[in-house]
Formats: sequence, structure tokens, C-alpha cells
Amino acid sequence: MARRRKWLDTRGVPRFELRLKALGIAMFAVLACVSARLYYLQIVSTKQLAELADRNRIRTLRVPAPRGLVFDRKHRTLVDTRPSFDAVMVPEDSTDLTATIRNLERYLGNDHFADKLAEAQDEDRPAFEPVAIKERLTWEQVVALETHQLELPGVSIQVTPRRHYVYGSLAAHVLGYVGEVSKEDLAKLPGYHVGDEIGRFGLERGLEGYLRGVSGGRQIEVDAVGRRLRVLGEVPERPGYNVTLTLDLDLQQAAEQALGNRAGALVALDPNTGEVLAMASHPTFDPNQFAAGISPAAWRALIKDPSHPLENRAIQGVYPPGSTFKLVGAIAALEEKAVTPSTTFLCPGGLWYGNREYRCWRKEGHGNVALHRAIVQSCDVYFYQVGLRLGIDRLAHWANLLGLGKPTEIQLPGEKAGLIPSSAWKRRRFGERWYPAETLSVAIGQGYVGVTALQMAQLVAQIANGGIRYRPQFVRTIEDNDGRVVKVFNPEIEARLNIDPTVLEIVRNAMADVVNGPGGTAHRAQLEHIVVCGKTGTAQVVKEAQGQRVKEEELPEKFRDHGWFVAFAPKDNPQIAIACVIEHGGHGGSSAAPVVHDVLAKFFELYPPKPQLRAAKLQKVLASERYASN
Amino acid sequence: MPIDRRILYHFDWRVFVLTALLGSIGLLAVISASYRASVHNSLHPLVVRQLVWLCAGLVLMLSAAFFDYRSLGSYAYALYCVGLLIQALVLVGGHARGGARRWLNLGFIALEPSELTKLVLIIVLAHFLREKPPTGGLKLRHLIAPTIFTLPPVFLIASEPDLGSALLLMLVFATMVFAAGINTRTLLAIILTAALAAPVAWHYLKPYQRQRIVSFLNPQSDPLGAGYHVIQSEIAVGSGGPWGKGFLKGTQGRLNFLPEQTTDFIFAVFAEEFGFAGSMSLLTIYAILISHGLWIARQARDRFGALLALGIVATIFWQVTINIGMATGILPVVGITLPLVSYGGSSLIVMMLELGLLISVNIRRFIF
Repeated sequence: MARRRKWLDTRGVPRFELRLKALGIAMFAVLACVSARLYYLQIVSTKQLAELADRNRIRTLRVPAPRGLVFDRKHRTLVDTRPSFDAVMVPEDSTDLTATIRNLERYLGNDHFADKLAEAQDEDRPAFEPVAIKERLTWEQVVALETHQLELPGVSIQVTPRRHYVYGSLAAHVLGYVGEVSKEDLAKLPGYHVGDEIGRFGLERGLEGYLRGVSGGRQIEVDAVGRRLRVLGEVPERPGYNVTLTLDLDLQQAAEQALGNRAGALVALDPNTGEVLAMASHPTFDPNQFAAGISPAAWRALIKDPSHPLENRAIQGVYPPGSTFKLVGAIAALEEKAVTPSTTFLCPGGLWYGNREYRCWRKEGHGNVALHRAIVQSCDVYFYQVGLRLGIDRLAHWANLLGLGKPTEIQLPGEKAGLIPSSAWKRRRFGERWYPAETLSVAIGQGYVGVTALQMAQLVAQIANGGIRYRPQFVRTIEDNDGRVVKVFNPEIEARLNIDPTVLEIVRNAMADVVNGPGGTAHRAQLEHIVVCGKTGTAQVVKEAQGQRVKEEELPEKFRDHGWFVAFAPKDNPQIAIACVIEHGGHGGSSAAPVVHDVLAKFFELYPPKPQLRAAKLQKVLASERYASN
Repeated sequence: MPIDRRILYHFDWRVFVLTALLGSIGLLAVISASYRASVHNSLHPLVVRQLVWLCAGLVLMLSAAFFDYRSLGSYAYALYCVGLLIQALVLVGGHARGGARRWLNLGFIALEPSELTKLVLIIVLAHFLREKPPTGGLKLRHLIAPTIFTLPPVFLIASEPDLGSALLLMLVFATMVFAAGINTRTLLAIILTAALAAPVAWHYLKPYQRQRIVSFLNPQSDPLGAGYHVIQSEIAVGSGGPWGKGFLKGTQGRLNFLPEQTTDFIFAVFAEEFGFAGSMSLLTIYAILISHGLWIARQARDRFGALLALGIVATIFWQVTINIGMATGILPVVGITLPLVSYGGSSLIVMMLELGLLISVNIRRFIF
């Protein structure tokens, strides 16, 4: 105590040695504190800090797998994936965000970069997840960003595989489109990440599981401004499977060309397998628009377009079938023995039933008509009578047997079932009994009846192939990137209808005369050397007012009739079955038949008919060929 | 002039060896801090320059050791005037880097006069306080003259702005005044006044200086802004663990996460690569140097030499403490170098000069 007092003593002379000693002790105490801090950092909490150091320098990046390719039946590429150079940014890597954005605007122009970053922040972006700030950079922009990287900390260029539809809008409704996975999808679907592509429509959606592939991952060392230095580890990605479709590119092009600018749909099937050879729907859209992330304005324009370009009319457009439905009536009547081929009815131009006249399309009437001429000349009165003899439920039964009124279960999402009314349906729907007068309109394909073009194509395919209903198919094979077959789609028979072959023969003969015979309604579908069988249809959009006939040309477009034509060819060994509907096209023989004619002509140019074989034998040969090729 | 054999006989090898050791560690650290994965086959120009300065410093150190420190007292005022002049020159024609005017460009070297000013101030203060203190110790009135000499360089340096060096001058001043025998009551009064004046000083700080103090108190308040340096430095030091990641294997330094990694934050680079073992070894070498320096101060033949030695030791101590304290997050970030380790010609050469004078003080015990 006494010694300590000495240097505290303010009266004596302070002793230098004691002060030095005090300083020495103080200095060592301070250095001990520093050591303690080092001990704490380097021994006690080294684990967390080492983790932080690694988190600083290691980024795990997902490497998205390229989506599979889509080919037509002759292995021509319809959809592929091409690299798109996108600018992405990790805002955490930029020390001065406003300066970086200013520099970005210098090289890329003003593109609301700050808004995009703010938006990403609002969407609970995980830290250090890159934000896409500009897609599809031009080569000049890529070079500008690469050379000025030091002024753009956090900005990097990402090469993203992006969907590319080689023929633009061709078969857009079939191929569909992709989009960025949405927040709702992310919540539902495991394995998807922010920014992933997902099939949204058409085959892109229907075959998502095959086309998508499995993304890989890459651990990358980055420096303080986010530049990538080297790859530390990698899990390779598995590209999506490649899909070969049943579509024929040339036929598809011919079909879309033939439809032209008119709204409508066309479906061409191979009646012996159910393969879809062509499926066209107009108006259409360009799926490439969606691949880069469609702008809200463009999306609104597509959605609000009154012509509904996003609708696949071939499977989502439900139309009254009009007179093409008489094929169903004819089969039903013959099978149910309601009529014989020689049964005749008198057509004076209309039929009085109840208190009103149900008119035939031909004012003058057809006189005494039997089944053959009733189909060829599409006599309405004949089929009113058939409808009355059959009753709605037997008619509906046969329509259902032939595949109408329910989805065909094609591989496309969003298919409509259409509607075949029955007395049970009416009770269910309206709580009312069925009135026999309503059967009259159903018998000529009007009233409640609604079908899709695909269903009608399937219907003629069954007439053509002797009553076998194949499930319509779009996909032949699915292969992996090395060409190994992952899945083969064989023809799937949905139903074998026990229809008397002579019944179908009678219908086929009549259909041949529709196109080729005297008084037939579809001469414009005739082909040289090949016998085309068909049936026209004209579906009323609005019920004509009682007792009035309005000239088609005088009606405003939206009230004009839909024109139908269904066909198959050649008559003796059918290779193609087609259904075509032209919205508000007027008479089927003048609107839809020429379209079908062009497609048939193209088809036989591509696939010249084989020498005459009996249909059954041919079917066998074709089937074995198919199995062999698979 | 023939070299006095006694000088060689009494030469202080301990200071010399410790200096060489620290210089070598510094060289390793500078190599590591300037190392880039992309250019590893050639030495970075920084390393070469550091080596050149180290050699030049060694020559200066030996010259200073043979130089009789006692004659410094008579040059004290002249030295002080020259030092102040150069320091003032910086404000006029200084070379600015990173928003501060701290360097004079002499062509071959960017001189940082504040380093020189530190030494000059030590000499002047030692000269002033060489008289034995009166009974009761130094009172306020005895401190007026030393304070008057200290304040101009402090203000000049603080207005560069170089808050760290200005602070260092005041700390060295305080240490020397304490050792010279300040009255205990006066000391307590001064401390009390300083504590009360702190809020006023806050008012005069530049925004970035305030920001540093705020982020020191809470680094997480702005992890990518002002707190970034502290956090990254702590991560670097801590991730070194007990044995370190190995020479040139540190990621925090090599990947540029550390700020000022060749100068102010060199310790973090070193600690990341050499771990607790390395940083404790480094700290031990400093501790030995400091205790040996204090011993020299006590053994010095006159008060001028003792105070000179003490001033030098105080400079080393404060710089080590502040630098490591800031790298480990226990002190706010101020630009203070780690003696003999940080890259930088001025600080290295002046520090070696000071160590030469320390040897000189030790040698002169035996030579009358």
C-alpha cells in the first residue's frame, strides 16, 4: 500500500520508474484484452465465422436443364431451345446501387431497372438470388456489359436456354407455350424454382413432365464484387426428353394456309391409328412471345381480343354440328332398324310438327327420299322423320357410342366435352321433360348439340375404318438426349363398335356421292383419281325467326352460319379423316369443303395412295410397320 | 568517422532481430494481401516496393543507431519547424487518395508527412519534458508549452483528414506527459474535462467519421455500408481458426472482401491465414518489443533519452492496439497502420528510424 501511495502522492516528486511500471502494466493489460478478443474470434466463434466466410465466397447456382426438342413425324424440328443472353443482377454485390443502375442505363438504355429490382425485393427474393433485369441482349449489349464489368458490380450475363418455336405461330395451339413459373405454382409444385420455365398451354403443358428435364447445380467461388472465379463443384443437369409428334409439318402448313384468315379449326387424323396429322386453329398467336416473358400489355391484348386467339378451336371450340350430325342419325337409324335403306319419306320442303313447320334447307323439297339421297342432298325432313322414329335417347346413345359428348382424351389440356342432349340430361339440367319437337332440331345437328372438330374427325375416322375408335394421339415417341427411347405411344383403341359393316358401307357410299355424285353438296372437295367421302354441314348460329328466310349475305357476319365439312379418303382404304369448321362461313359446301380439298390434295401429294388393298389387310400392314419402326 | 568499437559491442541485437522478424512477417502479409489467383507467378509490385523500403529502412535504422541521440535535443525546434512546414504543405499541394489529402508526391515515393510528424513531436516533447518535474508533479501550467507544440500538428493532420493519426499524436502526448510526471489530480481533471467535451467534439466530426463510430458500436446497422469493413474483418480473423487457412489460402483477403487489406486491415489477412497461433505469435513479438523498449527507457542515461524511448514505445503500443482492435471489432475503424507489417513506405521507414533511435538510446548507456 505504501508503495502505491508513492506515485499517487501529489506532493512528492513523481518517480519516473514507477510511472513506467504503471504504463507497462497498463499496456500489457490492454494487450491481454486484445488477446482475449482474438481467442474469442479465432477459437470460440471460428465455426460461425468460417461459415460466413464460405457464404461470402461460395454461391450455389442452379443450372436449369434445357427443355426437350419437339419434332414432327418426319423428324423436322418444330420447337428447340436456343441460348438467350440475359443481364442479371445480385443487388447485394453492388456497394452503390444507384451508380450501378446509372451505368447500366448508359449501356442498355433506360429500362426501369430500379423498378425491377424493387419488384423482386417485394416478392421475397432470397438473398443473393440474381434478378433478371434485361432479357435477350443483343451482341453489342453483351459486349458492352462484359467490357465494363468493373463499373457494374453485381451485374452479370446469364446464358439462359430459351424456347424457340421455329415456325412461329405454326401449330401454336398444339405446341402451346411456356412461361415463368408463378408464385402459386411454386407453392404447389415441388422441384420448381423462381425463374423456371413451365409449360402453360398445349403440348408444352401436356408433356411438361417429359420436356422439362432435371436442373443441375454449380458451386461457384465469387469475389467481393460478385465476379465468378472458378467452379468448385457441379451436379450435371439432365436435359428434357425430345418428343416426336405425329403432326406432319407440310400438312400442318397446308391446313393453316387453307384456313387462311377465317376463324375456324381443322383436324386431320390417321383413321387407322388415331394419330393427329394436322390440327389447325385460327386466329392464332406466336408462342415465341411467351418464351421471353410476355409483357403485361401484350398479354392483355391477347386475352381481350374478341376473336380469342388463345383458344384452340379444334378441341375447345364447341359448335353445333349441323348436317354432319346426320351421319350419326343414319347409322343409328339403320342399326336400330328404324329405317331400311329403301324406306322413303316425302319431303315437301318442310315438316309440320306440333304447331309449326320445321323447314328443309331446300324450299322446294326433295320429294320422296330414301337414306342415300337424304345424305347426299342433306334432306332435313328425312332426318326429322328419323329423329321422330328413333327418339332422342336412342339418337343420343349412338352419338355417345361414336364418341360425341365426351372428351377424346387427347394429350392436350383444356379439351371440351361438347354436348349430346338426352331426356335424362334435360331433366338434370332444366328439370323438364324432353319434348319430341326438340328431337327434330337435334336430328339435324342443331339445338343443344355441341361438338368439337376433333370429335367430328374421330367420327368420320370410325366410319372410315369400320367402327374402331382410336384415342387421338399427338406423340409417337419420346427419346432422351442420346436417342434412347423413353416411351413409345402405340395406337390405343378406345372402343370397338359393333356396327354392321353393311351399315357403314351404305353411309360411306352416300358420303362418296356427297362429293362425287349428282346433287351432292360438296363437289368442291373432289380430287382426281381419289374417291373422297364427305358430308357438309351448315350450323345455324341464331334461330331464324318464324316463317322468315333471310339471305345469308344479308346477315351480319357474327350471325352467319358455321360451315362444316367432314371427310375421309380414299374411299376403299382410308388414310386420312378430316373435320373442318369455318366460323360464320355460311354453307359448309362452299366454305369448309374447299379447305378440306386443299389439305387432302396436299396429303396425297405427300403420301401417294398405295395400290388397292382391302382395308383390313392394309390396316394390318400399317400397324405392323408402325410396331417395327418403333 | 571511425566507428566506435563499443557501439558494436553494445549494439542492441534484440531490437534488431525483433524488427527484422516483424518486417518479414509484414512482407509475407503484403504478399498475401496483394495475391491474386490470376497473377500468381510474379510478385506484385507492392511486394517489391515493400522489400525495397524494408532494406532502405534497415540502413536508416543502423545509421540512427550509430547516431548519438543526445544531439537531437538541440535540433528539436528546427526539426519541429521543418516537420510542421511539410505537414502544412500537404494541405496545399498534397496528393489526394480516397477523399483525403495525406500524401506528398516526391516522385519516387508518396511521402506521408504525418508519419514523420509523429517522430518530430516525440523528440520535441522529450526535449521539453527532460527536466525533472517539480514537487507535486506537472501541473496545468507546466503543460501549456508542450500542448502548444502538440496542437498545431494535431489540427493539421486532423484536417487532412486523418483522424487516426491525430488521435495517435494525442495518445502519445498523453503517455509521455504521464510518464514525465503529471500531477495525479491534474490528470483526473483532464480526463473528466475530455469526457465532458466528447459531445462537442462529435459535433465537429465529418459525417463519415461519425458513421464509423456508429457502425463500430453496432456493425449490423448497415452491413453493406459502413459496418461492412468491421464485419468482413471479423469474419476474416475468425475464420482463420486456431491454425489458420495457410499462406495464400485466405479467401476473405484474396477475394477482396477486406477493405484496405494491404495497409489498415493487413492484420485480418495475416490472422486469416495463420490463425490464432499466428496472431498470438505476432502479438507476442510486439509485447517483447514493447517491454524491451520500456526497459530501455528505464535504463536510459538521461531523461531525454528515456522520454524519447518511451515516446517510441508508446507509438508502437498504440498503433498495435488500435490496429488490431479495429480489425477484431473492439475499436472503431481509423486509419492506423500496423507497425512494420502494413504496406507503406513512410510508415515503415519512419518506424525503423524510431527503432534505430531506440537502439541508440540503449547503446549510449555505456558510452559517455
